[in-house]
Amino acid sequence: MGMGTFIQLVVDGLSTGAIYAALALAIVLVNQATGLINFAQGGLAVLSSYIAYVFVRLGLPLILAIIVAVVLSFFIGALVERFLVRRFERGDPDTAVVVTVGLLTLVTGLCAVLWGYNNLGFPSLFPLTSVEILGAVVSVRSLATTVTIVVIMVVLQLLFLRTKLGLALRAVADNPASAAFSGLPVGRLLMVGWGLAATLGAIAGVLVAPQLTLTPGMLDTALVYALAAVILGGLSSPIGCVVAASAIGVLENLVAVYVPFIGHDLKIAVPFVLIFVILVLRPQGLFGRKVVVRV
Amino acid sequence: MTLLELADVTAFYGPVQVLDGVSLSVPEGGSVGILGANGAGKTTTLRAVSGTVRTGGRITFDGRDIRGLRPDQVAALGIAHVPEGRGTLGQLSVRENLLVGAYLRKGRKAISADVDYCLDLFPQLQDRVSSRAAALSGGEQQMLAVARAFMAKPKLLLLDEASLGLAPSTAKTVYDSIRRLRRESGIAMVVVEQNANLAFSLVDTATVLETGRNVLTGSSAELKGMDEIRRAYLGG
Repeated sequence: MGMGTFIQLVVDGLSTGAIYAALALAIVLVNQATGLINFAQGGLAVLSSYIAYVFVRLGLPLILAIIVAVVLSFFIGALVERFLVRRFERGDPDTAVVVTVGLLTLVTGLCAVLWGYNNLGFPSLFPLTSVEILGAVVSVRSLATTVTIVVIMVVLQLLFLRTKLGLALRAVADNPASAAFSGLPVGRLLMVGWGLAATLGAIAGVLVAPQLTLTPGMLDTALVYALAAVILGGLSSPIGCVVAASAIGVLENLVAVYVPFIGHDLKIAVPFVLIFVILVLRPQGLFGRKVVVRV
Repeated sequence: MTLLELADVTAFYGPVQVLDGVSLSVPEGGSVGILGANGAGKTTTLRAVSGTVRTGGRITFDGRDIRGLRPDQVAALGIAHVPEGRGTLGQLSVRENLLVGAYLRKGRKAISADVDYCLDLFPQLQDRVSSRAAALSGGEQQMLAVARAFMAKPKLLLLDEASLGLAPSTAKTVYDSIRRLRRESGIAMVVVEQNANLAFSLVDTATVLETGRNVLTGSSAELKGMDEIRRAYLGG
């Protein structure tokens, strides 16, 4: 196997990594804005993709259908916070996390009831042609997906660190009761946080739907990898998550080919071995900040 | 003119009645202390004002009925609560904490000037502006909590046990700065404080609570050294 194969594997890995990264960013967004890990993130993203699909079938141009789905997703996310998650926010955070696991099951089931389990074709936003870079064949679609994810990552980083809304979202996630004493409308900001995360999930969904084809469980595996990326990269770091997600994508590809006893069947174990090592050596993640608790 | 008026205020935590008809009157620019033993209802009285506990009775601020408002709505009217145990946002930097304090304000220049004022008021925070609040010492966190409350430019500051858990010298430093803040800004204050000397250094009048009721109200000069005060603090 020559250099060409190696580069091809890396490039393919980066493009699958972009899918994990998109979902990981949505998870980080909810965590930064609400302090929770949202397991339903993948499910909501799939629901958004189905919504876009419905509008495409109704005859809307693809880009318009996607925009409508993304906007609707904001409201779905906000409503989920307002009417479901809020009931559990004041209690034990673990309960709220379990609620999101339940929500994942519910949303997946709902999609199955409405659209069935059959794979549905979803049109691609980007052309299906490929270009050759350094001897590797790269599809324009994966290239464009990766670029989109990187742009979103930068925008998110700027939102959190450079805007008043970002500061307010982080303040509420840090300590809602304390934030309210400074006049922050906690409930509304939590809704905005969930809405933004759902928006991001929707973008991730429609970006990967053409490749994976639309099924209720489309993002289940990706969610597992995304969570791995979040743990590796650090919950507080959008950049860390994208780096970790790309690394996972590349690594699983390389290991499958170059380490014979692992192969394609065992490659899913790779990120978990990595998580285990990282958690032992650097529990806050590669890029994350240590949370200090004073008593 | 009266800024804050509590009349016959009651409060419950579940079935337990904590306030049983508390009254309090804070004039504009005035500073009123709430004294009493543990469990007398001092903290709850502040929480009743800031909307973090369900209450009965009448609470008016600036001539407006504020009972039943949410904490963020109360804050928007010009009441800043510095809760017991410091109200800082641990994962945010000192500067970010101060900016969150100014969330409802407009005008970058004025906000930036007030950040500088806070750092002048609490020089210990100067070297820590980029540190996360959780990494500060207890005294620095208390200073940050007060500074963050000031950043809202409130008309009234609710100050709960600002000396709690601090070394005596640190507590004195914190109170010196709060006195200066009061002198220079004219913000009215309601001060809950276990340490009577610190309390009397900051307030004009005070009320003593016992099991959720006022038992004694008077000027600092009158109350200083009275037997009832000593009894209230010793819980006898």
